[in-house]
Amino acid sequence: MEEYREEELVLPADPMVLNMGPSHPAMHGTVRCVLRLDGEQVVECDVQIGYLHRGFEKECEAGTWTQAFPYTDRLNYASPLLNNVGYALAVEKLLGITTPPRCQYLRVILGETARICDHCVCNAAMAMEIGAMTVFLYLVKAREWLFELLEEMTGARVTHSFCRIGGLRHDLPEGFGDRLRAALVKTREAVEDSEKLLLRNRIFMDRTMDVGTISPERALAYGWTGPCLRSTGVAYDVRKTHPYLVYDQLEFDVPVGSRGDNYDRFMVRLEEIRQSMRIIDQALRQLPDGPIAVPDDLGVVLPDRFATYTTIERTIQHFKIVTEGIRVPPGEVYAYTEAANGELGFYIVSTGGGRPHKCRVRPPCFANLQALPELVRGRLLPDIIPTFGSINMIGGECDR
Amino acid sequence: MTTFFVTMTAIKIVAFVLFLLGGGALMVWVERRMSAMMQDRIGPQRANLGPFRLWGLIHIVADGLKMMVKEDFVPRRADRLLHALAPILAFFPVVVTFAVVPFGPTLDFAHLGAVNHNGPLFSGPWATTLQVAAVDVGLLFVLAIAGTGVVGAVLAGAASDNRFSLLGSLRAASQMISYEVTLGASLVGCILVFGTLRIEEMVLWQHQHLWGLLVQPLAFLLFLVAGIAESKRVPFDLPEGESEIVAGYFLEYSGMKFAMFFLGELMEIVVLAILLTVFFLGGWDVPFLFADGLHVDLPLLDAWVWHWPHWVVVLVQLLGFTVKVAGMVFLQMALRWTLPRFRYDQLMDLGWKVLLPLSLGNIAVTAVVLTALR
Repeated sequence: MEEYREEELVLPADPMVLNMGPSHPAMHGTVRCVLRLDGEQVVECDVQIGYLHRGFEKECEAGTWTQAFPYTDRLNYASPLLNNVGYALAVEKLLGITTPPRCQYLRVILGETARICDHCVCNAAMAMEIGAMTVFLYLVKAREWLFELLEEMTGARVTHSFCRIGGLRHDLPEGFGDRLRAALVKTREAVEDSEKLLLRNRIFMDRTMDVGTISPERALAYGWTGPCLRSTGVAYDVRKTHPYLVYDQLEFDVPVGSRGDNYDRFMVRLEEIRQSMRIIDQALRQLPDGPIAVPDDLGVVLPDRFATYTTIERTIQHFKIVTEGIRVPPGEVYAYTEAANGELGFYIVSTGGGRPHKCRVRPPCFANLQALPELVRGRLLPDIIPTFGSINMIGGECDR
Repeated sequence: MTTFFVTMTAIKIVAFVLFLLGGGALMVWVERRMSAMMQDRIGPQRANLGPFRLWGLIHIVADGLKMMVKEDFVPRRADRLLHALAPILAFFPVVVTFAVVPFGPTLDFAHLGAVNHNGPLFSGPWATTLQVAAVDVGLLFVLAIAGTGVVGAVLAGAASDNRFSLLGSLRAASQMISYEVTLGASLVGCILVFGTLRIEEMVLWQHQHLWGLLVQPLAFLLFLVAGIAESKRVPFDLPEGESEIVAGYFLEYSGMKFAMFFLGELMEIVVLAILLTVFFLGGWDVPFLFADGLHVDLPLLDAWVWHWPHWVVVLVQLLGFTVKVAGMVFLQMALRWTLPRFRYDQLMDLGWKVLLPLSLGNIAVTAVVLTALR
């Protein structure tokens, strides 16, 4: 008998290369992960983005400032209103104008509704990918109630394009606040139902706890923001640290996690749904009367229709805004808001014309996603799914 | 071997195969409608024959037609023979397991209207057991056949020339082999208690004494868990893991080949429900109902007997069997639509570190108790 040493008995095996995506059920938003697997263990994960690149930033330069709104809808398509608000605030900052209080409150109400939708969808998708299909449908049902209201308000379910520079498209419909409150009560019930199914569920806890863990230092080094960063324990929320709109007049907490794992990210989003409900409730109570847009003579919003048809000055103003666009003074500005995934920044440059010279987006999930290889290295293939899900990469926003 | 015996066996085979195929198709409907109920939806109900929708039952027909006319796709570099063989091998054990399961007691055609004083199991020139094959090794046969189920899954994945399929079949192999150990070990306690391997006698024991659920409660749970793992459904659907490895071992299947995997999996629910019923819920036994009629003998009450004709007793017992099977099916469905999925290492931990020691402990305790009682 020949003598064999222990290590010689191990069969030589090369890592298996597996293409996860761009078309794969869990890789929503078309992203591709090229995995090198040793059995089921992930040796290397190479995330390749760009499958949803549509040239948002270049497209913006072709239209007027106002015409960029439909494009912003398609950034984070799970919460388009937050993108609308973010872009509007950036241009308004460059213009040096402040919208009336009613407009600001309405933007808060709509934005927080969109945030609830986004968090519902993210948690729902994550639960579904772990196999809890029922939770998915409970949460999507909740989002549906809110979508119905947003549709009633803006005329579209997803691509709202509701904000305008210096204001909003129109005011609330009659009785909207009561319907929104009623929908939020139902949403809260649906969220609680799904919590009951998951939070103390042994399988769910085993699948998510201590999976995809990241330290606060690493998260900050990667440029993480939003719920993902807060899950590591860093209480950075743009709404609190750099308040915009009327967030400084509203009372809400910033939920943080402690371990930075998938379970914490799930929990932070669930808690943020509750905080957003609190914000909406307060904003509806404080909602002042008044105009929803800046005055006509600033030349930012389309003038009143009656005046347009009866006075020559307003007719010319209307014509110039529609054909040439709003005159934004030369300069550059970076404005950032707390979108559903984290800090959504717009860096815009104007050369004084009616069109943006440059409109650069700082998408939150681009920074978040780059940590994925580190989060899943050495773990098992199934761990990629909840980790990817809890990072909440949105193709439209990441690839632009 | 009389003509009567041969005829009856042929009729039973045809009836059971039809029951099984019908049951499998019906499970598609049950699964859709029940998940819809749990998830606050309506579920599919638009397929119609003119004005008739039949609560979505027509979708079964539509699905069947769709499966039959679909392209039978085989990947270019796949092993054509094994690719075609795998669904058959996966489908076969599900159907064959049925052969040894008793659906009801003995039915005597000569004395259908009379009161039966012979007990539930007897032989006679015109009597037939409601079971296709009464085999000596009944329970071992079930386990042996269940053990071959893994072959189809592994072949399907290996022959498909797809890495996701390969991962799926690897998972299927290790999962099914691991859980078979518990599946078999959990039933040893039942064998000890019932003192037989013949399934019809196991049911008879439960009919005369107590249901298996009451004498072997732990074995019931272990068998349920291992059985669900064998049928590869949530929370044990790792070999398919739709969000992880797309569809696992049957990713490259379409048309009727896919339908065989799909239907086989749904029929496994029925098979597991039937096995649970037979081993733990008394099979065709209905409480207080004996071969000659209803015997109510409760403490504090006067005992009374209500004699029923033979055919009524058998019919009620068949109904009882069906109700129990339906109950077990609903239990499995409710689990499937409630729980998330395990991860591979957690599944192995559960199988080898929790279920197997528990089932071995169950055997030891059962043996000690039985010896002490003797």
